[in-house]
Amino acid sequence: MSSYHRPDTLTDALGVLAETGAVVAAGCTDLFPATEYPELTGPILDITAIDTLRGITQTEDGWRIGATTTWSDLRVAALPAAFDMLKQAAVEVGSRQIQNAGTVAGNLCNASPAADGVPPLLALDAQVELIGASGARRLPLAEFLVDVRQTCRRPDELLTAVHVPARAGHGNSRFLKLGARKYLVISIAMVAVRVVVDDDTISDLALAVGSCSAVAVRLRDLERELIGRPVQELAGGVGVAQVAACLSPISDIRADASYRSEAAAELINRALAGIVGTP
Amino acid sequence: MKDHAAPHMTVNGTPVTLGCAPGRRLSEALRGELGLTGTKVGCDAGDCGACTVLLDGAAVCACLTPVARARGCRIETVEGLSRDGILLGLQQAFQRHGAAQCGICTPGMLMAATALLRETPNPTRGQAEAALGGVLCRCTGYSKIIAAVMDVDLSAVQAMPETPGAGAAVGARMSRLDGAAKVAGSERFGADHCPEGALLVRAVRSPHAAARFHFGDIAEWVAAQAGDLLVLTAADIPGENRFGVIPSFADQPALAERHVRMRGEAVAVVAGIPELMEMLDLGSFPVTWQPEKELTTPGTARQAGARSVHPERSDNILITGKVRCGEPAAAIAGAAHVATAEFRTTHVEHAYIEPEAGVAWMDDGILVIRACTQAPVMDRDDTARVLGLPPEQVRIIPSATGGGFGSKLDLSLQPLIGLVALKTGRAARMVYSRSESMRSTTKRHPARMTARIAADGQGRVTGMQFDGDFDTGAYASWGPTVAVRVPVHASGPYRIPHYHSEARAVHTNGPVAGAFRGFGVPQAAIVQETLFDDLANDLGIDRLAFRRLNALQDGDRSVCGQELYGVGIVDCLDALRDPWSEAQRVAAAMNARRGHIRRGIGVAACWYGCGNTALPNPSTIRVGLTPDGRLVLHQGATDIGQGSNTVIAQICADAIGLPVAQIDLIGPDTAMTPDCGKTSASRQTVITGKAAMLAGAALRADILARSNMGDGARIVLEGTMLHVTDGEERRSIALSELSVNSRGYAIMAEQSYDPPTLPLDENGQGSPYAVYGYGAQLVELDVDMKLGTARVQRITAAHDLGKVINPLLAEGQIEGGIAQGLGMALMEEYLPGRTENLHDYLIPTTGDMPEIRSILIEKPDPEGPMGAKGLGEHVLIPTAPAILNAIRDASGARITRLPALPHRVLAAIRAAQGGQADG
Repeated sequence: MSSYHRPDTLTDALGVLAETGAVVAAGCTDLFPATEYPELTGPILDITAIDTLRGITQTEDGWRIGATTTWSDLRVAALPAAFDMLKQAAVEVGSRQIQNAGTVAGNLCNASPAADGVPPLLALDAQVELIGASGARRLPLAEFLVDVRQTCRRPDELLTAVHVPARAGHGNSRFLKLGARKYLVISIAMVAVRVVVDDDTISDLALAVGSCSAVAVRLRDLERELIGRPVQELAGGVGVAQVAACLSPISDIRADASYRSEAAAELINRALAGIVGTP
Repeated sequence: MKDHAAPHMTVNGTPVTLGCAPGRRLSEALRGELGLTGTKVGCDAGDCGACTVLLDGAAVCACLTPVARARGCRIETVEGLSRDGILLGLQQAFQRHGAAQCGICTPGMLMAATALLRETPNPTRGQAEAALGGVLCRCTGYSKIIAAVMDVDLSAVQAMPETPGAGAAVGARMSRLDGAAKVAGSERFGADHCPEGALLVRAVRSPHAAARFHFGDIAEWVAAQAGDLLVLTAADIPGENRFGVIPSFADQPALAERHVRMRGEAVAVVAGIPELMEMLDLGSFPVTWQPEKELTTPGTARQAGARSVHPERSDNILITGKVRCGEPAAAIAGAAHVATAEFRTTHVEHAYIEPEAGVAWMDDGILVIRACTQAPVMDRDDTARVLGLPPEQVRIIPSATGGGFGSKLDLSLQPLIGLVALKTGRAARMVYSRSESMRSTTKRHPARMTARIAADGQGRVTGMQFDGDFDTGAYASWGPTVAVRVPVHASGPYRIPHYHSEARAVHTNGPVAGAFRGFGVPQAAIVQETLFDDLANDLGIDRLAFRRLNALQDGDRSVCGQELYGVGIVDCLDALRDPWSEAQRVAAAMNARRGHIRRGIGVAACWYGCGNTALPNPSTIRVGLTPDGRLVLHQGATDIGQGSNTVIAQICADAIGLPVAQIDLIGPDTAMTPDCGKTSASRQTVITGKAAMLAGAALRADILARSNMGDGARIVLEGTMLHVTDGEERRSIALSELSVNSRGYAIMAEQSYDPPTLPLDENGQGSPYAVYGYGAQLVELDVDMKLGTARVQRITAAHDLGKVINPLLAEGQIEGGIAQGLGMALMEEYLPGRTENLHDYLIPTTGDMPEIRSILIEKPDPEGPMGAKGLGEHVLIPTAPAILNAIRDASGARITRLPALPHRVLAAIRAAQGGQADG
């Protein structure tokens, strides 16, 4: 007998989780495609009736994006330009239908190498908030995502929110996704770029690449190299080798590995040019 | 806690309480529990959007929505769009624009569009494309859907164009006669009919491409399940356990006997009540597999010592097709210019949005099967053979068919549900899952082709050699047809005096390759049209002019030695001349900017023989007037979206001289309609159309004879009276007073037509088709030189239809064929075990389609009805080669392996630039 739980408080949800070890359901846009059955077999913990888990709020130290905030919610949210890349990713997640149902937390917990939400959230220095029977903890998104379809969420924990620190809310940003078709496509490569320019100098920079490694990554070495340089130097672009050094792409049905590295570098350059203007 | 409570919601404004489990897909609840079958299921994975409904106004996939989530919400489905049965603005716009073809995606499109239009009443094209980007359509190419969405008043009932009057149907831009049900959501597809008490049937399928197998203790497994189940295996099949579309090659078991030859092959069926069956874990079914080494390519299958897929077919060659004329080797050896190429194409999936579905039941000793299909009479005869029944004891009632494109010509679930109905006496229903459909049904043949074409110094093509291995997979299906059609057509619509072409259908353990829009000709056209660009470039002749110079003309002989008339290829190429010049000008201006986006243009042509290759394929049409004044057309040509319900009626109405709106369509149904053959080979407009013309003319002649009136008389049907007038003379026939025939008609006509062909001799010489159609397409696209992506901007398509029966539907065929050709060129690659879903197997979305300009040419065919030629397959053939030629024009990249994925294009660009190629 399947059991389907849809509590409306976090306390009840954590109780169900501790008691049943249920599969957590949010948008269900990954759970249903994984089965050919006409219903989800339990136990299922559906967290979408918990009002406090949905929505975006500005906090003292930044922004809180509730776990069940949908991509459509994000698309219309009032947020600074640093979040543009997240909004651009939001409209590239699947289709409108998927964006209306799919959630930020689901995208992270599903931990696909091609999760559209991950590169922009990495470039926003996002942290995930996990609450379990033994209390709450926060950890950087990059730590949360362990490997293909693996996170360090404990079975008794819920991912309740994503936090973006105030310092990451600066600058301009861009997300670019490359696929073999326009809509409803799993990316070959994607990049999220955030640049802060002060007095024609790059004062902060975040570069993230998805679909080119088991988990999307920040290009920390390259960022360090570029921060502090005059913004004009970005016009020359970053080199493929510099980008490739940070990636571990695979060859699959969508593209071969070397192409992915090249494409990632090209996309980064285009995103940078889009933000700082082509010379 | 909000758990467990029965979900309450409103559906189309009506409060509803659902009794099903809270984790059930909303699509299942709507369709099953509420009977709202307008919401379609195409993938159960959010990949196709056919199940789109509105949840509190927002578009969602019902297949991804647990009913618990709908609690307290407003659900809107396609059934809620009409008001009191009247179609409203958006639905009318779909009808007016011809936006529904097969209709399976239409409900999803309508709901996604409704959500858009409420927020944005006058959307831009980009907004419309984005809003509909999550609903896949395989028929239309989206053009008419987007046009409809941009031309709508959401709530108003708009005036629809009047249907044409007597004698004016042919040529009229009229909406489909069967369209209202498609836009209302009331059309009944294969999965939409579920008789009370029907058993649900599921198949146990092979996970291996080649394996021996044996069953364990089935009785014990059945006993361990939660209720009664029936398991049937090959041992239970009462007839001959072999089927196949070409009887002399029939080799495919309905259920495999001791070994399987392909992944997805069925070895057993399990039947029981739906509640039990749908949650059954078939993974526990007691079958043990002993995998064998599989043959994956024709190359390995043809190697000496390779295991035989079918022992009676040596070297794994099913059949070799050949056409030979002149002395090609000598012609090529002495030629001024020679171009050579080797090409590889891949498996292409039909990807109709409706997976196979249907139901079988017994009716007074007759086995009735209602399922989606393209070939009801072939289904009847093949199913009867497998089940050991005489054909007249099987009745096939085609459901509405949600796309076919060739694959639904072959049997799929018919013998399986038929077997269960026969054994149990109960209705038996089967609905394939998306992956089951992709794993077990036919594909386009992957081809490995080499060719050489030679031209003289003036640019005249002098000779051609073509050789191809076509991977026909585990069973014959349409392999023989592909192997014969390819050599006949590989010349393209060009004069080639010295020609030798050979194509082999080779067995492997790959998916069964069968019919797919063009039967191998699209693959061959890629080679020939690429080489034509090579030659033109080598000669320094304009590529369009080179084709014009070599195009077939009236009175020319084809490579089969057939003298051709009504040849419209010159007209098609000439129609592209101005667009070509303009496209060249635009490309030159764009490329002068020297950015990383380069514009390229390409052209390719096609020809295609309509109907069976040098084999009989008659159609029979019956039309009659009942005593109560109904004009009934028994239309047995299956309409899978291409429009035969409308086109055949248009032709017949004009032949009679009555308004098409007065026609009452019946069928198809093997118990009600004479055989109109299969919907394939672009034959229905030509062959069934001619039968309809002849039957209509015969009915008219009967009426005129009864009223003693001449040919020019006007006939009016009013109530039960026929009024015939000619000048001053007027006579009336009271239908109710005439004696009726055994079929219940007061006046009736029935006519058959079989196109005249001559068999091909050992050199492929003869007259394989009575009618050919022609076309040429011009592609303008942009290549990103750094990413290798190609974006098609515009396609100008000139097609010679002989006589345009319905321009609206003809454009729909062109736009849809182009979409499939574009997919084949740029993104589609079916890999068994890897792409058995619609997110790994990509077909074009709204955002991938170019602007399409159709130019309809009418060069009458001496044989076709009113001069008409076929169109359905022609439209796909030039698209891929024209795209490849444009990519090359833009970037220098010569693509020899499909699809042209970005990494392959980039590698080819590098190779052309003299850098290193790695792919």
